[in-house]
Amino acid sequence: MEELKEKLKVQLIAQLNLEDITPEDINSSDPLFGEGLGLDSIDALEIIVLLQKEYGIKIEDTKKGKEIFQSIDTLAAYITENRK
Amino acid sequence: MPPHYFASMNNPVIRKYVSVDKRSVKVNGTDLLLNEQGADFGEFMKQIYHACSISYLKFFKMDPQSKLGFVAAKILLQDDDRDRFEPEEKAIVLANSASSLNTDEKYFESINDIPSPAVFVYTLPNIVAGEICIHHNLKGENTFFIQEEFDIQFMVSYLNILFSTTNTRKAIAGWVEVDLDDNYRAFLMDVEKEGSSEIQGNFTVDFIHQIFKL
Repeated sequence: MEELKEKLKVQLIAQLNLEDITPEDINSSDPLFGEGLGLDSIDALEIIVLLQKEYGIKIEDTKKGKEIFQSIDTLAAYITENRK
Repeated sequence: MPPHYFASMNNPVIRKYVSVDKRSVKVNGTDLLLNEQGADFGEFMKQIYHACSISYLKFFKMDPQSKLGFVAAKILLQDDDRDRFEPEEKAIVLANSASSLNTDEKYFESINDIPSPAVFVYTLPNIVAGEICIHHNLKGENTFFIQEEFDIQFMVSYLNILFSTTNTRKAIAGWVEVDLDDNYRAFLMDVEKEGSSEIQGNFTVDFIHQIFKL
């Protein structure tokens, strides 16, 4: 799981063009949206694309997005449970 | 009503102008930053970002055209007194020839796989105007024209009409283009309806022709 979290940090930085942010700057339990990394709704769509491309995961129930995208911890847990 | 009718009613001035291309950044015709190493577009934009001490993380998510317009506007309005006019009195009128083709092509390539939402949102030429408006709190007229080349006569007429018929008192006007071959040029002017203490020249076709070529 820790390995996946580190990989996710690298992927998010690349996919979301998070300039000047390194994986070490991202605390796995910090919120990704609002405060924390300050991501927005377009970033959320990019994360959905990332999950589909890299992990073969489609989020069918968009209402769950808020819960899944809360932090690197929650994202990694969801991938572990649902990856194909 | 002919454009010269409106032109005769105002005496707009150019307070400042900025030009950015692959060779340099110029302010009022004087070099501010040279691209001496011949950096590519992305690298040069990053150099300008850091040289001008810009702190705006969203910059790195923008498409090339928005990055170009954003840095040019940032330099243009760096010393501007933001509160001198109401947001609704500040307009932006831009033009280019290539529309958003550079980003359109990138998006078109991405649809073979899973298309990128972050690229899609920049597939309109006027998004650059929106980025500038958000950052500088401009809430007046917002227009983007597609022209074969920078039509200075048209721009002068259009702004004179704006100054005469709307509450516009200040306008960011000019040309912002990144074409399919990655050639790029931004030329932005800070135009005010009435003369202010520090001006570069009158907002006339002849003067703009002169400074656009510099």
